[in-house]
Amino acid sequence: MNLHEWLPLLILGSSLLTGICIFFLAEEQRGLRTFLNLAGAFIKLALVVYMVVGMARGETYETRFPIVLGFDFVLKADSLSLLLVGLSSGLWLLTTVYAIGYLEHWKNRSRFFGFFSFCVTASVGVALAGNPITFFIFYEFLTLSTYPLVIHRGSVEALRAGRTYLWYTMAGGALVFTGVVWLHVLVGSVDFREAGVLAVVDPSLYPSLTLIFALLICGLGVKAALVPLHGWLPVAMVAPAPVSALLHAVAVVKAGAFGIVRVVYDLFGVQFADQLGLLTPLTIAASITILYGSLRALTQDDLKKRLAYSTVSQVSYIALGVSMIGATATIGGLVHLVHQGIMKITLFFCAGIFAETVHVKAISNMNGIGRRFPLTMGAFTIGALGMIGVPPVAGFISKWYLGLGAMASGQPWVLLVLLGSTALNAGYFLPVLYRAWFRDPDGPWHEEGPVGRLEAPWMLLVPCLITGLLSLLTGVFAGADWSPLSLARIIAMKEYLP
Amino acid sequence: MTSWLPLLVLLPFAGAVLCLLVRGRGAPAIGVATSLATAALVLFALWSLQTSGPVRVQVGGWGAPLGIDLAVDGLSMIHLIMTAVIGLFISLYANRYYDGYRGGQKDRARELFWPFWLMLWGAMNALFVSADLFNLYVVLELVGLSAVGLVVLTGTRDVLGAGLRYLLTALAGSMCYLMGVALLYAAHGTLDLFAIGALIQSDGVSRAALMLMVTGLLMKTAVFPLHFWLPPAHASATAPVSALLSALVVKASFYILLRLWFDVFPGVTTPLLGNLLGLLGGGAILWGSLQALRQKRLKLLIAYSTVAQLGYLMFLFPVTAGMADGSSLWLQEVSKGTVCHVLSHALAKASIFLSAGLFILAAGTDQMSAMKGLAERMPLTVFSMALAAVSLMGLPPSGGFIAKWLIMHAVLGVGQWWWAPFLVIGGLLTAGYMFMMLRPAFLEPDPGPGLKPVPRLLEVCTLALAMLSIGIGISAANLLNLVMIGNPFSIPGGGW
Amino acid sequence: MTQELAYSMTGMLLFSIGLFGVFFVPHILRRLMAMNVMAVGVFLLLIAVAKRNADPNPDPVPHAMLLTGIVVAISATAFAVGLARKFHEVSGETDLDGEGP
Repeated sequence: MNLHEWLPLLILGSSLLTGICIFFLAEEQRGLRTFLNLAGAFIKLALVVYMVVGMARGETYETRFPIVLGFDFVLKADSLSLLLVGLSSGLWLLTTVYAIGYLEHWKNRSRFFGFFSFCVTASVGVALAGNPITFFIFYEFLTLSTYPLVIHRGSVEALRAGRTYLWYTMAGGALVFTGVVWLHVLVGSVDFREAGVLAVVDPSLYPSLTLIFALLICGLGVKAALVPLHGWLPVAMVAPAPVSALLHAVAVVKAGAFGIVRVVYDLFGVQFADQLGLLTPLTIAASITILYGSLRALTQDDLKKRLAYSTVSQVSYIALGVSMIGATATIGGLVHLVHQGIMKITLFFCAGIFAETVHVKAISNMNGIGRRFPLTMGAFTIGALGMIGVPPVAGFISKWYLGLGAMASGQPWVLLVLLGSTALNAGYFLPVLYRAWFRDPDGPWHEEGPVGRLEAPWMLLVPCLITGLLSLLTGVFAGADWSPLSLARIIAMKEYLP
Repeated sequence: MTSWLPLLVLLPFAGAVLCLLVRGRGAPAIGVATSLATAALVLFALWSLQTSGPVRVQVGGWGAPLGIDLAVDGLSMIHLIMTAVIGLFISLYANRYYDGYRGGQKDRARELFWPFWLMLWGAMNALFVSADLFNLYVVLELVGLSAVGLVVLTGTRDVLGAGLRYLLTALAGSMCYLMGVALLYAAHGTLDLFAIGALIQSDGVSRAALMLMVTGLLMKTAVFPLHFWLPPAHASATAPVSALLSALVVKASFYILLRLWFDVFPGVTTPLLGNLLGLLGGGAILWGSLQALRQKRLKLLIAYSTVAQLGYLMFLFPVTAGMADGSSLWLQEVSKGTVCHVLSHALAKASIFLSAGLFILAAGTDQMSAMKGLAERMPLTVFSMALAAVSLMGLPPSGGFIAKWLIMHAVLGVGQWWWAPFLVIGGLLTAGYMFMMLRPAFLEPDPGPGLKPVPRLLEVCTLALAMLSIGIGISAANLLNLVMIGNPFSIPGGGW
Repeated sequence: MTQELAYSMTGMLLFSIGLFGVFFVPHILRRLMAMNVMAVGVFLLLIAVAKRNADPNPDPVPHAMLLTGIVVAISATAFAVGLARKFHEVSGETDLDGEGP
């Protein structure tokens, strides 16, 4: 064993051990808890940076040990996993800071932060998993670690939402389990590999493989909130804002979307999946989800609900990009994995600030809120414009590549979906921006505490501003080396020119 | 030297007798000391098995068929270890539990727990090392009697009724088994568990014996639809006893069933019988889970969960029935998965019953509606419950997951895909009732009389068992290699 | 019909009658009796088994099994009778409610 074999495990351990330690802290040990949280987050980020630098030099990092016969536990860093690992570990740090500020006066914080750390461990595990079994292990671990976060308020409503969340995700997990076991029976132990590993199997297995694909995509589609499997997502909005941010931007929906990417690219291989005729149904499902989510978002007055339906819509851009043949579409889908995360987390951070400091949760109460919170609302505006796809914010890059990809793959009707979605995005975000900036406030704000020099507590404000800025920078500097776009390009090249 | 083998049985029995003689305050001390010594002995047995392989001894030098033969292979060993680990933790737990227990005949319960429990332990050890069919009958009866003794400790109406029902079923079950033994002896003239498999043919007498023995053992294992005695008995007994019964006692008769299936009857079993048993398993999963979902009392829910979980053990039979190739990968796999399920269920179920006991100590009731706010007041207990629940649901990385994986893999591997939905739906239903159980714990507590504090040691025992049920998932490879010592799952039986 | 066969058949018949009784008779003592009838059925069969060979000396093994079986059955019955009395004292009932034994 050397560092190359240990590093993926260390990256997981940095948050897993933190989580375990935090569980055993008493409620009053605030200082120690904060220290552990931040230390864990920084160590993880540092390890990830080290790994990225190493990989740029051509090193490989892989942990592998057998659990039972024909059943290996594999963690492996490749370009695709870097995308999600980088996103998770970066945003975890920011969300941790935000959550510490947000939960200042809540009960059971040790429990919360314990599961919070587990949740990130699971999401990094999903990213690093080197074979379907390991992927499944972390996929289920994610369900378990997010459930206590969803019900953290302990209200009857929260528990009901938790139950819905659980039924959806457990059922999805059961489908993935069935698919993974069946696949293992048919072809034995396989690792994820660029351009897929299943193209070589005997043609008599094709019908079974088609069914396995359907099982896996349906199971993953639950977390990725593909319509009609999206029902849990708007309900789970009762969770505290940092949790919503995490669920929507980094952990849960991304695990689902990432799983779809893995299955299509690294398990079946995009060419082989196309040969089996599996991609068009996925394109259609993704298109329906994009339009449906946006339509439902239009009519929501609750800000978090509107953002939730927006997530339903936006996450399917990833599936859409993946389901179209051609490197350009792939780049669009993959880069959106990162871009959507950064933009959506910004929006949720802002929603949390409004709710926590002045009790504004409904969009109809947001009149003139831009004057009270110029910086927060600025970040929100960047995020919202990005979601619509206004250049030069990150979201524009995604949509641009997706549009080009649709043309290149000979499916111009997808372009119509994209245009329709953009119009709808504008339809549900612009009124919010208009109210916030151009309407007069209805009256004095119901301040939660005394207003300090800053418009909101710094622990809430700073992460929000950073992610807002990042949404802009990833768009402006999309051409730079090691921007998400460049990484997505590398992955796409490996997929199509193996 | 293999003279340590009878000690595995004699030591707990000696402890039981001592406890009966001493009575009073001294009994728990002797009980705990005996438990520690027995556990140490099992550890030694493990070392001995790993260094010198499977052993077989003739007690007193009489030899078959009149003497008593004992044999240990991997399958025996894993059951001995399971009993020792769980037994040790429950001993530590019981020692303090009865001090805080409120309700029916507390002092009597505290005193009589030890002789009955040590007798049960000795009988189970004897069962796992017996190499002869008639011995198995005697110790099986002993297991049943001491288990009933444990159930009726507190002497209330509920436990006496449940205990009687349990006793009558157990006796009827062992009579069926004994009838099968008589038939087998009549046909083949031997009682040797490992020799009879080579002689047996698929004739009328053998089939009758098979049916009788399987039925009797299914009664004792509480496999649906013969499970009716289990929920009242397991739910009304005191918590340490419930843990022993659900975790260990039902597994003892299943162990005999496994032995018979692989060593005695491999030529007699038919796919039809296998499928019938699989169907019973599927029925157990569905019926037990649905009943669990309807319960308001915590211990009844857990007891019905046992009914459901025992169903998973039954899929071994359709997969292996009538299999000609003893070295088949799927046969090995489903057997390992089943043993893994026996282990992880035992650990998880013991832990969860002990958690229920802690809740009863603290709240004085086992109504789930009284669990409100438990997560805040007794976080360690709720955490143990949740860990055990993860294992029962079969989620990674627990032992339950490995078991479910192996069984599912084998079931699909031999093309009997129709069992797969039972496994998957069973997992979902388990999640359903487990989260229903945990749900109130996260609600705001009701104002009113608070919970009594419980000793920390008890919480630690409970947590340890829960963590072990997760831990065996991670170290499954080593454990399952241990099981394979002496190759217990081979067809036809009788290798050594 | 040979003597052993007659014994065996009677044994099996008793066993079946007993099995029925254990499951379908409500009164606890009667159930217990039924269990004993089952046991007697098995014992009869064992007696017959001892003489299954042409050998004029009967096989001692079934006899050993039979004796042990009787000891076990007596202890179990005693235990059960004790429990039943206690149950009657506490509840005043002689039947177990609910389905099954």
